[in-house]
Amino acid sequence: MNEFKNTKLNSLAEKNKLIRVKKPNNKSLLEVKNLKTYFPVLGGVFRKIIGYVKAVDGVSFFINKGEVFGLVGETGCGKSTIGKTLVRILNPTSGDIFYYAEAELENKNKQRIKVNLAKLNRKEIIPYRSKIQMIFQDPYSSLNPRFTVGDIIEEPLIIQRGKNKENKEIVKDLLKKVGMSEEHIYRYPHEFSGGQRQRIGIARALSTNPELIIADEPVSALDVSVQAQVINLMQDLQDEFNVTYIFISHDLSVVKHIAHRIAVMYLGFIMEMGPAEQIYNNPLNPYTKVLLSAVPEGNPRKKAKKQPLRGEVPSSLHKPSGCAFHPRCPIAKDICKKEDPVLEEKEKGTFVKCHFPGKY
Amino acid sequence: MGKKQIKELLKVENLKTHFMIEDGEAQAVDGLDFSVFEGEFFGIVGESGSGKSVTALSILRLIPDPPGKISNGKIFFRDKDLLGLSWENMRKIRGNEIAMIFQEPMTSLNPVFTIGVQIMEPLMIHRNMDKKEAREESIQMLKKVGIPSPEMRVDDYPHQFSGGMRQRAMIAMALSCNPSLLIADEPTTALDVTVQAQILELMNEIKNKRKDSAIILITHDLAVIAETCDRVMVMYCGKIQEVAGTIKLFENPLHPYTKGLMDSIPTLTKKKKRLNTIPGNVPGILNFPPGCPFHPRCKHKMPICEKVVPELLEIEKNHLVRCHLYNKEGETP
Repeated sequence: MNEFKNTKLNSLAEKNKLIRVKKPNNKSLLEVKNLKTYFPVLGGVFRKIIGYVKAVDGVSFFINKGEVFGLVGETGCGKSTIGKTLVRILNPTSGDIFYYAEAELENKNKQRIKVNLAKLNRKEIIPYRSKIQMIFQDPYSSLNPRFTVGDIIEEPLIIQRGKNKENKEIVKDLLKKVGMSEEHIYRYPHEFSGGQRQRIGIARALSTNPELIIADEPVSALDVSVQAQVINLMQDLQDEFNVTYIFISHDLSVVKHIAHRIAVMYLGFIMEMGPAEQIYNNPLNPYTKVLLSAVPEGNPRKKAKKQPLRGEVPSSLHKPSGCAFHPRCPIAKDICKKEDPVLEEKEKGTFVKCHFPGKY
Repeated sequence: MGKKQIKELLKVENLKTHFMIEDGEAQAVDGLDFSVFEGEFFGIVGESGSGKSVTALSILRLIPDPPGKISNGKIFFRDKDLLGLSWENMRKIRGNEIAMIFQEPMTSLNPVFTIGVQIMEPLMIHRNMDKKEAREESIQMLKKVGIPSPEMRVDDYPHQFSGGMRQRAMIAMALSCNPSLLIADEPTTALDVTVQAQILELMNEIKNKRKDSAIILITHDLAVIAETCDRVMVMYCGKIQEVAGTIKLFENPLHPYTKGLMDSIPTLTKKKKRLNTIPGNVPGILNFPPGCPFHPRCKHKMPICEKVVPELLEIEKNHLVRCHLYNKEGETP
C-alpha cells in the first residue's frame, strides 16, 4: 500500500489524525467510535439554528476484514447517513472513524497505521477514498447519463492516478468481471436495464481496488428476479477481490442472506449488534424482535399471527426521552422513560442497548 | 371450493390493452381471462412491466386514451359489462362499487386539500351526504383505519401525515363508500416492514368483515401474497402464467417462472449459501419475445417454446398454467 506516502504520514501523525498501531491486529479494518452526524434545522426570520436532526447519534461499531456487515432499520433510522459519513460525503459532527491500513516506511518496513478519517480534510482524504467506495441505491440516478459506461468506470481511476493507457484495459476487465461484455464500454447508461446499471455501479466501485465497499440498498430498486443475480455477483466479487462490505438495507431477508454481522438501528442509535445468526434466531432487544416478526415469511400456511408494532417512528428532531424506543416498546417500564440505556456486550459478540435485554 | 353458491364478482374475458407509443405498439396486457369471487382475497403478482397495474386500471377504465386503448375483451362486474357502460355510469361505479388504493400515497393524494375534504368527496358524490354528515363519516373512517385522534387529523394536509398514515388515509377514502371490490395496487411497496404489517393486517380485517366483497392485491412481493391472499395469479409480459390457490402455488408451483421467482428470494427461515437465479432480464415492453415470453430465460426451453404461445391449461382443479411442459400435444415425439 505504497500510495500512502511516508512524508504525508508524518504530518498526519503530528496533527493527531493518524496513529501508528503498536500491536497489529490484522483482522480489523474499520473502527467507528461515538460517531454523530447532525443536520441543523434553520428557522425564524434570521434563519438561525433552532434545532438539530440527530440522524446518527453516537454510534460505535467495528468491522473486520473480509466480512459483510449489515446495517438494517426502518426509514429515517440513520443507516444511509452512516454510509455517507464513512465515505465523507457528509461530514461527521463529532466522533472518530479509524481506518486500519498498512504503510511503508523509509526503511521499506511496513507498519500498521490507523487513520482517523473523520479528522482528515478534503485533500488529505483523497488517497483513502480509493480504499472505501460506495454502491448507490438507485441505478437510474447514480450514473451520469452523459458519460459512456467506459467513462463512468474510468473516472475514479483518473482521479486517483491520472489518465493512463492502462485504464481502458482495467475498465474492460472489470466489465467482464461483473458479467457484462467489453463492447458495452462505448454505450450510455440509458441503454441498459436496472440490473445491468447496478452491475456498472459495482464495476465503478471496484475500479480503484477498494478494501471496503459501502453498498447502500444496492438491490432494492431491482426486479425480484434480478435481485438474486446482483446479490450472487456481490458475493462472488467479494471472494475474488477480497473486499469487505457494509450492506445497508431495509430488507431483513436479504441482509440475513448476505451478512455475517448485523447492526439494527433505530432513530440514529444502534439497538443491537452481533453475529447474524444470533440476531435473527435469538434477538435480545424488543425492537429487533418486533422488526423481525413484521417480515412476511412467504409461507401461506403460517399466516400472520403477530402483534405488529403500534404507532410510527418518532421524528429524529424530537426524540423521546430515555430509550428512544420506549413509546412503542411492548415492555417499557419507568426507567426506560428516564434513562437512556447503553450499548453493552450481553453475550459474546452481541451488543444490546436495552434495560431489559431478552425479557420480551 | 367447498362452499356453495360462490358468486362471481368480477369476470374478465380476453382483455387486451395496448399503448401506442413513439417506438411502436406496446401490448401491455395481452388476453387476460380471470374471475374474482365474493369474499376472496385475490393476488396478482408480477415484476415491473408484467401488466399487473394496467390490468387494474383497465378494470376501472382509467387507461389514458390516447396513448392507451382497451382493444378487446369484456369486463363483467356483477353481470354489468364495464366496457360497455357510458362514462356517466362508469363514474357511478368508480369509488363507489369498485375502489382503488394506489401505490404512492404522496402522489395520489391531492396536496392542496385536507385529508378530510378528500375523504368527504366520494361520500358527497356517491352517498348524497351533506357536508356535515360527510365530515362525521370521514372522521369515523379515519378512526376505523387506525389514525390516532381523527377529529384533529381530519383537517391536516397530506404532507403532515407520515407514509403509513397516508396509506391509511387512502384506504379510508377507498372504503368510505363500502365498495364491493377493492383494488390495491402495491399498497405497501413504499413502506417499512413494520408499517407494511400494520396495513396488511388492516386489509385482512376489512376482508373478514365483509363476506360479499373482494380484494385484489397487486404486488411484486410473493411473501406479501403468502401472508394475505387466497388465490394468486402470476403474470409475466402481459400474460397470465399461472393461477392457483395460494397454498397450492407455494407448495407446488408448476410454471418455471414461478419456481424461479420463489427460489431466487432470500427468506428469514431458509438458509442458503447461494441464491438460485433466473438468468437475463425482464424484456422491455416493445420487444416481448415471440412464442412463450419466458423462453429466453427458461431452463426447460424446448424448440416449440420459441414459436408457439402455450395455452393456459387447467392441470389440476383450479390450478392453471401456461407452459408447454404441461401440454401433452406440445411434447416433441
